[in-house]
Amino acid sequence: MSEALIDIRGVRHAYRTASGPLPVLDGLDVSVPEGGFVAVVGPSGCGKSTLTRLIAGLMKPDEGEVWLHGSRVTSPRSTVGMAFQNPVLLEWRSILKNVLLPLEIVPTKLSKADGEARARHLLKLVGLEGFEDKRPSELSGGMRQRASLCRALIHQPEVLILDEPFGALDAFTREDLWQIMHALKAEEPFTGVLITHDLRESIFLADRVVVLSGRPARTQYVLDVNFKGPRDIDHLYTPEAAEMLNTLRHQIEIAQGRTEAGHAA
Amino acid sequence: MLRKIAVPVVACIVFLAFWEFLVWANGWPNYVMASPSDLPAAYTKFWNLFLVMGWQTLWRTVLGLLIAIVFGVFLGMIMGFSRTMRDALYPLLVGFNAIPKATVVPIVALMFVGAHDFNTVLIAFMISFFPIAVSVSIGLSTLEPEYRDILRSLGASQATIFWKIALPKTLPEFFGALKVAVTLAFIGTNLMEIVSPHGRGLGALFDSGKTNSDYPLMFAVLIALAFLGIVLYYVVVALEKIFAGWAERPQG
Ligand SMILES: Nc1ncnc2c1ncn2[C@@H]1O[C@H](COP(=O)(O)OP(=O)(O)OP(=O)(O)O)[C@@H](O)[C@H]1O
Ligand SMILES: [Mg+2]
Repeated sequence: MSEALIDIRGVRHAYRTASGPLPVLDGLDVSVPEGGFVAVVGPSGCGKSTLTRLIAGLMKPDEGEVWLHGSRVTSPRSTVGMAFQNPVLLEWRSILKNVLLPLEIVPTKLSKADGEARARHLLKLVGLEGFEDKRPSELSGGMRQRASLCRALIHQPEVLILDEPFGALDAFTREDLWQIMHALKAEEPFTGVLITHDLRESIFLADRVVVLSGRPARTQYVLDVNFKGPRDIDHLYTPEAAEMLNTLRHQIEIAQGRTEAGHAA
Repeated sequence: MLRKIAVPVVACIVFLAFWEFLVWANGWPNYVMASPSDLPAAYTKFWNLFLVMGWQTLWRTVLGLLIAIVFGVFLGMIMGFSRTMRDALYPLLVGFNAIPKATVVPIVALMFVGAHDFNTVLIAFMISFFPIAVSVSIGLSTLEPEYRDILRSLGASQATIFWKIALPKTLPEFFGALKVAVTLAFIGTNLMEIVSPHGRGLGALFDSGKTNSDYPLMFAVLIALAFLGIVLYYVVVALEKIFAGWAERPQG
């Protein structure tokens, strides 16, 4: 229990809407060990983004607890980095200045020069060397997403939360970014939570996959990924991968209510 | 750069030449339409009046506009951040803006009779704050939640979010509105100057040209007004280039 960096226990949450409360999370349990990388998959609209907002402390759950590094999350904290499907870069800043933004907010030990050196290093790591002074609109979608990853990591967060960051990219760019994620993970000691719709992405990047049921979501299934650490795209074409994907796909079908639980094919 | 200056200058010359030609070809006398060649005489005769009155029109317009900016941005912030305030204030604001200002001018002129500076600044302000308030409120209320979340998840305060993201992101809309507002404020100033008895400013000079049937003077005032209006407008454009130049997409 104590070694879990992120610990979500029995979380329930409902949005108050014009047409009454909309229960979104209903008894969710997820725990991620320090340095781990968990992928969360589930039907569309089941509450995955809501989960990320709870971990980030942007909202408080109606019931249950979210723990981060041994303390209860009740408000945002600077040890979290976030990236979304929309890279949300600020158009009036250069790429470098965009990456540096979190350092202007959070208390940091880095000096201005060190921060900039770190930003340049991260940008180089994701293949954006030479684009530091460009405007976001001068970059492609994949490049913007890479810059957004650098921004999420610049302040050395303990936890990196990724909400479908590669969802809007084409297949080749996405696979590129998967490799980049592994390169970043090898250098940066973050604990990761990845929301995704792509089952291949989930087993390629994470070491544990959590399947959420349809709304209101609870933890339906947890799969431990057999491969650990950096991996190659070839891994996705092994029999083990095929088996994991099969299991996950089946679980998603259950979550969507298309297949009855227990009547496994 | 040369092209940028040459094109409008040539356009002006063509316009003046066409005007001169029109008056000459139709044989219009001065009291129907003065021609550009009559204007230098009017300017040399009244140059000190033009300077004094022009300055009065200018400073009152600018002061009214500055107040409109402060008030409009404040109002826009309130409406942009609070849904309730937006719902409450919008109808009021639209109703206020719908009143033709030409009807307000004589009322204000009579209400504060003799207080020319105050009257004029007031009208310039009243006529021009609306687009600023609306643009700021729309800019703030349409800020995508992810932009907020990026900073909020780091523990940034509302004030930080406003300065770092909401404000700069709203600047292009703000300057768009300011271009409209500066023209409106200018119109407001002149309306008041013309209507208000014994007024000051270029509007009053126009009025005295009318009472004395000095038609070249009236046209000279019109040209001076156009000139001032252009100057004000391009000052805003220059400020926009400095503060919101990033919003200009590279042409391709
Ligand atoms: N601020 C809100 N107010 C009311 N309802 C909301 C709000 N945010 C989300 N919801 C609702 O809660 C449900 C879960 O939303 P959430 O964004 O967490 O889903 P998701 O799993 O991330 O979906 P997707 O896979 O499409 O991104 C949805 O039905 C959505 O309509
Ligand atoms: Mg989502």
